[in-house]
Amino acid sequence: MLQNYLFVLILSTVALIIPVAAIVLGHFLGPRRPDPIKTATYESGVETIGDTWVQFRAQYYLIGLIFLIFDVEVIFLFPIALAFERLSLLSTLAVVTFVLILLLGLLVEWRKGALEWE
Amino acid sequence: MSLPEMSALFPTLQEVIFVLFALLIAVTSLIAAMAPNLFHNALGLVATLFGIAGIYFMLEAEFVGVSQILVYIGAIATLITFAIMLTRGMMFGRTSAMNRQGLAGAIISGLFFVVLLGIVFQVPWPNVVADITDGEALIANLGALFVSTYLLPFELLALLLLVALTGALLLARDR
Repeated sequence: MLQNYLFVLILSTVALIIPVAAIVLGHFLGPRRPDPIKTATYESGVETIGDTWVQFRAQYYLIGLIFLIFDVEVIFLFPIALAFERLSLLSTLAVVTFVLILLLGLLVEWRKGALEWE
Repeated sequence: MSLPEMSALFPTLQEVIFVLFALLIAVTSLIAAMAPNLFHNALGLVATLFGIAGIYFMLEAEFVGVSQILVYIGAIATLITFAIMLTRGMMFGRTSAMNRQGLAGAIISGLFFVVLLGIVFQVPWPNVVADITDGEALIANLGALFVSTYLLPFELLALLLLVALTGALLLARDR
């Protein structure tokens, strides 16, 4: 069982070592001649305007909530997809009903304009 | 000292990984509770949830572990960070993690710890591991049960999600 996750362990170790090595090596090998322009804070190559901590729009929260609902839906559909080959007709119809009920929710969101970016 | 006795002195790889996960959970949950910046609290919570997912994987409860990462880290932690970033008062200036309820909270969580300790030592945990099928077949069995034995709760779940969706729409919009 746990042997199956050996590759995860190896990959996480490699993923940890490479960035740390890059930063440490850069710290020791790179020349350090700071001047005001070099040490300036920048964002995507452009000087930052205002504070980094900005207030976000409330609409993000609604989109996040909708995402959460469909995320939970995916979690419940995933095991059924694994058992797909041995599902009876009734079970398949049940899954279709499940998706249709949630599709109804998506339609409500759409009609109410929650998916429009204001 | 014989070789098995010697090896009993050293922790197995599994124990080492468990201790590492436990340390991760302990440290990050302290960050989640005590860090002075609310945003850092949220990040600490994300790391705690990751550690708990790791424990689930160690228990061979892969489906629960994946659900934990997908739903709790992927969606709920994102919502919590959104909520913090949306709230101006929380976002600017330092928020104190401590309030006047600190003592009461400490007493209650201490008592809860005692209860948990009692459960750990009182319950006769089975030593023999039940013969369980491998991960993928186990999850497929779960899926087959959703749409046969537990059909009604499954469809009710869809209705519950629908209600949550429309409720979110009503609450989160200003109009």
